[in-house]
Amino acid sequence: MPGMREAFLSTMDRMLDEDPRVAVVLADISAASLADAARRHPDRVINVGIREQALVGVAGGLALAGMRPVVHTFPSFLVERPYEQVKLDLAHQGAGAVLVSWGGSYDMPTAGRTHQSPGDVALIDTIPGWTVHVPGHPDEAVAVLRDALPGDDMVYLRLSGQSNAHPRPGPGMQVVREGTRGVVLAVGPMLDRVLAATDGLDVTVLYATTVRPFDGATLRSAVTGAADVVLVEPYLAGTSAHQVSEALSDVPHRLRALGVRRDVEVRRYGDVADHDLAHGLDEASIAAAVKAFLDRA
Amino acid sequence: MRTGDAPTRALGYADLPRLIAAMRGDEKHSGAAESTVDVLWVLYDRVLNVSPATADDPARDRFLLSKGHGPMAYYAVLAAKGFLDPAELPGWAGSDSRLGMHPDRVLVPGVEISSGSLGHGLALGAGMVFGLRARGLTEPKVVVLTGDAELDEGSNHEAIALAGRASMAQLTVVVVDNQSATHGWPGGIAQRFAVEGWATRTVDGRDHDALHDAFTTPHPDRPLCVVAVVEPKGS
Repeated sequence: MPGMREAFLSTMDRMLDEDPRVAVVLADISAASLADAARRHPDRVINVGIREQALVGVAGGLALAGMRPVVHTFPSFLVERPYEQVKLDLAHQGAGAVLVSWGGSYDMPTAGRTHQSPGDVALIDTIPGWTVHVPGHPDEAVAVLRDALPGDDMVYLRLSGQSNAHPRPGPGMQVVREGTRGVVLAVGPMLDRVLAATDGLDVTVLYATTVRPFDGATLRSAVTGAADVVLVEPYLAGTSAHQVSEALSDVPHRLRALGVRRDVEVRRYGDVADHDLAHGLDEASIAAAVKAFLDRA
Repeated sequence: MRTGDAPTRALGYADLPRLIAAMRGDEKHSGAAESTVDVLWVLYDRVLNVSPATADDPARDRFLLSKGHGPMAYYAVLAAKGFLDPAELPGWAGSDSRLGMHPDRVLVPGVEISSGSLGHGLALGAGMVFGLRARGLTEPKVVVLTGDAELDEGSNHEAIALAGRASMAQLTVVVVDNQSATHGWPGGIAQRFAVEGWATRTVDGRDHDALHDAFTTPHPDRPLCVVAVVEPKGS
């Protein structure tokens, strides 16, 4: 099965043929994969070279000229490096774009900190008006991408090399399993390991591909017994904690937020599994964290 | 216009000092505003194909004030050309005004980009040209105004190289040079653009005919940089 990045690129190759409003903006990353499309649509596949401020600025100008820009590179270079361009050249202009990153928090573990961006969603979350999708399967990625292209709004699509076995496309939060002792919310690629980690526990498991807007209504209605929530996000721990607090503002509740650790920079290479372990995002660590949290109730 | 109203007299260059004075207070960027007034007037009066009636026309020319500081001259020209009501100017930067110390395109009619943070206009302008090209609109001009100190921002140099290599004949950058860059530009500003494949002209930024010539001399296969030299800041 092709991964999310390949699914994204092949979808864009087709969508450039189908929708004359769509333009893809690149900064060398993935340019070779769209070389064919660039030959067919030289005006709408724009590789700015290794210039990430221009990458986002050009996207803003394209949108202001009536196009639908799709902007793609690694999250470090799409959100962190040109953060001010994301804030000003898109949001402040009232200009939309679909920003598509691939690389997650540590999909390139041997590349080190320069290619890790666990803070991307938190950064985007500082700017009003963004829709944020964190698909857990390539089919979900294609579905939200196809939905985003006809619009004019600001969409961040966070693709990763980590994936669940089966797609669960759909808006908002889905109830995957029902229980009474608490709620575990798994975001994107975290679902399969959350299901395994909570196997046999009397908890509700919710799943979300789309985290902004945050489906607080579904979370609130899932809290029927104990208002104990475990949030499992594949990026910076607690990125959605404020959304959980808001959704449960009318009920006393407890929250445990799992994700990429904030307390240290993990200076380690190895493979993705090593980093899952270092951040407590492997199945066993999640299981231990959920049990300890419920037992303290 | 209501029936019976007298036609409004068209405002001209001679009205700009009065319009700017309507905004004067303790605005600390007033020097920057003055430095751009002749460039802005020549553009809106004689170069740009845009008016209040065509402000939403996809084929209009576009002016991008990248250097958002000191927008008094800009607001004054927009008022003189009918985009703004001159009566709106005195309340500028107040809590009920649409007119801020830095212009906001979402609020102000005729303003193409929101600016204030330096170094954003060139890439936005290049993106607009890419977008116009993709829509088959190869006639409209995109004119971006920067300052010589604004060129300190590295983001400009990403866009200068990109636009040069993309042969953007629709793009003009006018650099209002009041010699305010802290470390200067040895060899001249135009050289930074020329080496990236731009046509360049360096003219007196107070000479309306020279500015007009610079903006309208053909540059069919490459972007154009006009360096408009004015008196040094603070002089």
